[in-house]
Amino acid sequence: MSLAVDIQKNMGSFRLKVHFCSENGVLGLLGASGCGKSVTLKCIAGLLTPDVGRIVLNGRVLFDSQKRINLPPQQRHVGYLFQHYALFPNMTVEQNIAAGVRHRDRRKEETNRLMAMFRLEDCRGHFPSQLSGGQQQRTALARILASEPDVLLLDEPFSALDSTLKRQVELELIERLEQFPGLVVLVSHDRGEVRHLCQNVCVMECGASQPLQTVEQLFSHPATLSACRLSGCENISRVRQTEDGLLEAMDWGIAIVPPGPLPAGMTHIGIRADRLQVAEGPGEHVVSLQVKRIIEDIAHTTLVLMPPERENVSIYMELKPGVWKALGCPEQLWVKLLPEDLLLLSSSV
Amino acid sequence: MDWYPLYNSLRIAAISTVVIFFLGILAAYYVAKAPRLVKGMLDVLFTMPLVLPPTVVGYMLLRLLGPKRIIGAWALETFGIKLTMTWWSAIFATTVVIFPLMYRTARGAFESFDESLADAGKTLGRSNTWVFWRVRMPCCRQGIMAGTVLAFARALGEYGATSMIAGYTPGRTATISTTVYQLWRTNDDAMAFRWVMVNLAISAVVLLAVNMLERKESGGGRQNRKTGGEAER
Repeated sequence: MSLAVDIQKNMGSFRLKVHFCSENGVLGLLGASGCGKSVTLKCIAGLLTPDVGRIVLNGRVLFDSQKRINLPPQQRHVGYLFQHYALFPNMTVEQNIAAGVRHRDRRKEETNRLMAMFRLEDCRGHFPSQLSGGQQQRTALARILASEPDVLLLDEPFSALDSTLKRQVELELIERLEQFPGLVVLVSHDRGEVRHLCQNVCVMECGASQPLQTVEQLFSHPATLSACRLSGCENISRVRQTEDGLLEAMDWGIAIVPPGPLPAGMTHIGIRADRLQVAEGPGEHVVSLQVKRIIEDIAHTTLVLMPPERENVSIYMELKPGVWKALGCPEQLWVKLLPEDLLLLSSSV
Repeated sequence: MDWYPLYNSLRIAAISTVVIFFLGILAAYYVAKAPRLVKGMLDVLFTMPLVLPPTVVGYMLLRLLGPKRIIGAWALETFGIKLTMTWWSAIFATTVVIFPLMYRTARGAFESFDESLADAGKTLGRSNTWVFWRVRMPCCRQGIMAGTVLAFARALGEYGATSMIAGYTPGRTATISTTVYQLWRTNDDAMAFRWVMVNLAISAVVLLAVNMLERKESGGGRQNRKTGGEAER
């Protein structure tokens, strides 16, 4: 199994340049909205045509600009789960699923099988707008599986659901995806979704894709500024190397001992809010920060800290509940930044 | 009372509505998908008859279809038929005049159609024809029906271009509107009044039909669909 995509497309002000190759499981395309994730999926499905490049699915060439191959969407066998599911509003659940079955003589039994599999028998006669968000997604998935796709493309599959429903539907989708034998590409701007559903991830920024990495890598060692932001790290500063071998975090006004050899092209450092530690007093890797604001959350307390004389800069620090009270709510805090927790980032391509 | 004008008006309106149903939808479908420049130009061309005085449309049709003009002469020579001053000549006039009504309402419906529905159909392996007739048309049904009824009503009332290209011959080319004018011109006020009443009655029936269509549309399962959609939003 493999899906190799290497395409470019000019779209007015913005240039799509995507390159990745997925060989197993669920691949996430993670990026802010408007970065070209959905356009990429549409190119794979044949709904948009790239200017140049090649798309190969399980050895089948779907698109090749050099050889002038461009299969129509009907022949690509690509299952596309649209953001709002795109169920045909004029058809019932049963008719929607039947619309996906390619062979006429097997239409009835396939539809019945899929309705049973997706627990949709009770609403077979309902129209899409009579369904709950979860039922809509199940119908859309059943309809897609009816068309026997080689790859599933999921475009922000939870954006149409409210948060209470999302968790349940997410769990269900994970189970369905485990049963699906082919490849899956998931588009999302939400790091949680990517973490729960994907094995590999490809970060996209302004139409350009970054090298494929595993989900663990993304969260433990994001290599680029955008990957670091998308992985949920809020504390990021520009950085430069001083003459005495220290790293100066320019936004924070703090000098740090580097953790080891620095990667080429490094421009920023980051540190996760839950990796900052409270220190007793001055010492190695310790800085003094002023407490600006305290945000009480259910699972933790977030401190908004300010480096000396930097009114507009915020450093976020997460503490376990109770710790803040135990510290006696000081106005000034000694904070330790361990070198091994620093994320060394290059601003992306 | 001679009912010929009623019969003639109805058949002219019906035939031109059928023609325009397909032409208008075809034009709307391609204009809705066309690139911007082409779209702008075609839109001006297709909407023109809506703003032109019907007499100007009539004049232009005569310039084309008259027995000594390009198309008219050619038809006379090849088929031996005169394109003007017959009952069906009026179909040319009504077709041109009602085309923009059908085209514009259908285009509006197509433009508000959610393209991802068509895309979904294609990725599921369904042909473009299937997507058009089974998804796009049913989803745009309301706009298209409104356009059709509007076009039919307008065709019934067409006067200017019709009178120029088909004239007024009692029992041959007379329509309701040309008859009313002729009767009024010849001081037959009582008859003119009768035809006015007939016209009012037909218009009322058409509008009633539109209302009933809308009510039917929002009844039964469709009603649930609507309220369901509302609740979800």
